[in-house]
Amino acid sequence: MSSPEITRDPQSIAPVQPREKRRRLLGIDLVFSELTVLFRRRRSIAMLVAVALIPVLLAVAVALTAQELAPGEGPPFLDRVTQNGLFVGFAAMIIAIPLFLPLTVGVVAGDTIAGEASQGTLRYLLVAPAGRLRLLVVKFIGTVAWALAATLTLVVSGLIIGSILFPVGPVTLLSGDVVGLGESLGRVMLVALYASISLVGLSAVGLFISTLTDVPVGAMAATVIVPIVSQILDALPQLSAVHPYLLTHYWLGFADLLRNPIEWSSFTSNALLQLGYIVVFGSLAYSRFATKSILS
Amino acid sequence: MLDLAIETRELTRRFGAHAAVSNIDLAVPRGSVFGFLGPNGSGKTTTIRMLLGLVQPTTGESLVLGEHMPRAWRSVLPRVGALVEGPAFAPYLSGAANLMRLDAADRDGDRRSRRTRVETALGRVGLTHAAGKPVKAYSLGMKQRLGLANAMLRPRELLILDEPTNGLDPQGTREVRSLIRSFAADGTTVFVSSHLLAEIEQLCSHAAVMSAGAIVAQGTLDELRGPDATTVTVRTPDVEQAVRVLRSAGLEPTVAAVAAAAGSAPAAAAEGLISAALHLSATDADALVAALVTAGVRVRGFALDEPTLEDRFVALTGEGFDVVA
Repeated sequence: MSSPEITRDPQSIAPVQPREKRRRLLGIDLVFSELTVLFRRRRSIAMLVAVALIPVLLAVAVALTAQELAPGEGPPFLDRVTQNGLFVGFAAMIIAIPLFLPLTVGVVAGDTIAGEASQGTLRYLLVAPAGRLRLLVVKFIGTVAWALAATLTLVVSGLIIGSILFPVGPVTLLSGDVVGLGESLGRVMLVALYASISLVGLSAVGLFISTLTDVPVGAMAATVIVPIVSQILDALPQLSAVHPYLLTHYWLGFADLLRNPIEWSSFTSNALLQLGYIVVFGSLAYSRFATKSILS
Repeated sequence: MLDLAIETRELTRRFGAHAAVSNIDLAVPRGSVFGFLGPNGSGKTTTIRMLLGLVQPTTGESLVLGEHMPRAWRSVLPRVGALVEGPAFAPYLSGAANLMRLDAADRDGDRRSRRTRVETALGRVGLTHAAGKPVKAYSLGMKQRLGLANAMLRPRELLILDEPTNGLDPQGTREVRSLIRSFAADGTTVFVSSHLLAEIEQLCSHAAVMSAGAIVAQGTLDELRGPDATTVTVRTPDVEQAVRVLRSAGLEPTVAAVAAAAGSAPAAAAEGLISAALHLSATDADALVAALVTAGVRVRGFALDEPTLEDRFVALTGEGFDVVA
């Protein structure tokens, strides 16, 4: 007894164009879908609003307190904010990179797999079939996009509020050179890029942790703790031998982008270090997830 | 040889020392509506998860649509629609958005036709009016329908449906049954798990019964109901005479119970129940009554019991639906 074959080959439903074929091979649609879902979530929007509020609060506080800070007083760049609004973004980045930005990345990265598992949608994505490796890659792309969006939101919000409250003009760099407005904006974007790269290693760590549990809050908390521990270890001189390998070691190094000529060494070291974290924790995530029993 | 949509060979899954599924050999013919029966905790869902590549078997193997699972997931799963252990969706997305997302997860899901296919699937399960509402506003029954819509986003060769009518009202249950029948009529193989025997009896052509991780019976429904089809029970005070009549009709009667009719005169006492397996059809049963009456047997009760799948199910899995730990 044999029933008629319906669609043994999925490609045979309709003639497939070469471009369409390539699209299917990569499965780009899932990336678009993931980004749409991620950025339209109320939680994501709330976090982006909170990120945008950091430079606003900072700038308003500086503008309201009439007292001038002595050069070097307070966090780096804060003393310069009143003279040039472009420094709001830099000062806000100094404040946000150690804790607040990694916190948002921890929430997004920790939720990647564990969130789908607790919702029960993981089994349906895998049966669709999304493919386990492809799903991990798509989730990682989403987290990296999140890191980029968060840092851009921070600096753009800083630029806007800075230009409203303070004079804006050529920027005096840390090296003493003065660069024009156009180049200053370029440097601001470079700082945002530097901060985003700083966070991709954490994204990979969070992705791995997220494959270990079906409880998203646990994965988020564990991911957020990683940069905190790393920064504590980085502050202990006795551990100087491991400092160059710590996830957070170069996080504040973006100040080197504010010299003339640009000091690229910390940018490169940071990028290589983060790449190392992606390779190590990406592999761990895959080896864990590839054969994991999906019981949620 | 029978063309099988699902075939497992000594499929086993252990969790620690406990074997959730042990050595099962499923054979689901193509084009059948196959009922997968068993009490809670008997290993139905673990089996389904193995068939879909969500859980790796400890030993043994499974072939789905002729290919090895999970090795050939890339070519097998797009041809399979599934509802696994209840529906699950992102609560903050609308029903339609959830389906679009799951279709995008399937590399072979054609983008140009996606919206149309989602609308059609939602229409088939009667969710058109709720397509734009977030899933968190859905009732359990609506989520169940959305899960079914997801299973039918594309033409499928096999549907694996775990408790598809769970949470549906009687109207919804009937609609789901007629949907399943329409799939079967199109040639789709449907593998339905359920603990609702009536449902399996109405829907399925074949079934397998699981108990404590093992398959205790498998085959067409008629095969499952067993060889001794119908039982006839006669209630009469003239026990011996009735037994004689039944014997001469070729049956093997047994006297089930002799009870004194309470409160009646001693002369009327000793009323007996005689039962016998009837290998004949219902028209022969009519002749049997006539024979009894002709022989002067006072027939006070005559019953024909067709064994239900439920009797068989309870016989196979034990009364009480105990969860096996």
